[in-house]
Amino acid sequence: MKLKQLEGLLGDLEQFSNPKVELEQYPTGPHIASRMLFTAENSYGDITDKVVADFGCGCGTLSVAAALLDAASVIGFDIDPQSLETATLNAEELEVEIDFVQCDITKLELKGQIVDTVVMNPPFGTRKKGADMEFLPAAMKVASHAVYSLHKTSTREHIKRAALRDFNAKSAEVLCELRYDLPKLYKFHKRKEVDIAVDLWRFEPK
Amino acid sequence: MRLITHNMLSCNIKGVTNGFPLRIEAGNVIEKEVDFNPDFIRHMFAKLEWKALVEGARSMGYAELPEDSPDAAVLESDESFLKKLHHALLELHLEEGALVCPKTGRKFPVNKGIPNMLLHEDEV
Repeated sequence: MKLKQLEGLLGDLEQFSNPKVELEQYPTGPHIASRMLFTAENSYGDITDKVVADFGCGCGTLSVAAALLDAASVIGFDIDPQSLETATLNAEELEVEIDFVQCDITKLELKGQIVDTVVMNPPFGTRKKGADMEFLPAAMKVASHAVYSLHKTSTREHIKRAALRDFNAKSAEVLCELRYDLPKLYKFHKRKEVDIAVDLWRFEPK
Repeated sequence: MRLITHNMLSCNIKGVTNGFPLRIEAGNVIEKEVDFNPDFIRHMFAKLEWKALVEGARSMGYAELPEDSPDAAVLESDESFLKKLHHALLELHLEEGALVCPKTGRKFPVNKGIPNMLLHEDEV
C-alpha cells in the first residue's frame, strides 16, 4: 500500500464524538499516523506479519493503520469504552480484524512474548502530570522488538534519559520531528488550531 | 476477543500472583475466516502458552487441538495442524461472555468482543 493511499483511508475514520479532556483525547491525524506506521514497516519491518499492540488506541487510528499494513494481529488497548466503540466501528468500516481490550494500561500486566511491536500516541501529561511517563515503561515491558511513540519535542532529553536509564531500552532514537496539528477540540482552547512539535521515537527493549 | 489476545491476558488484582490463564465463559462465539499465513503460525507456536490455548479453544467450542504441545517437527510436516492452530488463534471470536480469574473467581465481562479488564478501587 502506498503512503498516500494509507493516509487517505485513515482520513475517513470516525474520531472522538465527545472527547474527554482529562484523558487527553486527541485524534492522531492521518498525516502523522500514516508516516509513523509506514516508517515502522518500510525502514524496520516492524509491522507486516507481526503482532502489534496499540496502547491508548482511542478511536483506533494507529491500530487500523497497522492492520492495513498487514500486521498479522493487532490489539488495541484503551480505558474509555466510548472510544473503543468508535474504534470497533472503524475496524468494521475498513474491514480489518482488530481485538480491543478495555483496561488501565498502567495496571495491566501482559504475559509472555507474543507482542512484537507497540505503537502509541500516549497522553503528553498536560492534564495528569506524568501521564506521558507511564505509558512508556508499560510499552517497553510488552514489546519484544520495538516501541514507536510520539512525545513532545520539548521533552526529548528527558525521554531519552528515562528510556535508557530506567525503562530497559537498549536504544532510543528520534526518527523524525513532526508537527502535530491540534484542532480546537475543547472549550478552553483559545486558538482555532495550534501545532506542536512532536518527536517520533523508536525504542528497542533489551 | 480472539485466543491470541487471551493468551497474554491475566488477572491484575492486587495480591493475585498467578492470575493466568483466565478461564473463558463463552456466551456467544462467532467465527470469521482470515487468510492463513503458515510462516506466522509456525513463528507463533513457540511463544504460546499451550495449555491456556487448548483450554480456551475448548471453552469456545473448538476441541481439535492436541492436549499436549506437539514437537516442533510437526510444524514442518503437518499443514493440517497448522491450519487448526490458525483457526483457534485467529478465527474464533468471543463476542459475549466473561474471563474469570483462576484465583479469585472475579469475572471480567466481555461485551461486543471487548473484555473489560478495569479493576475496582479496592482491587488496585
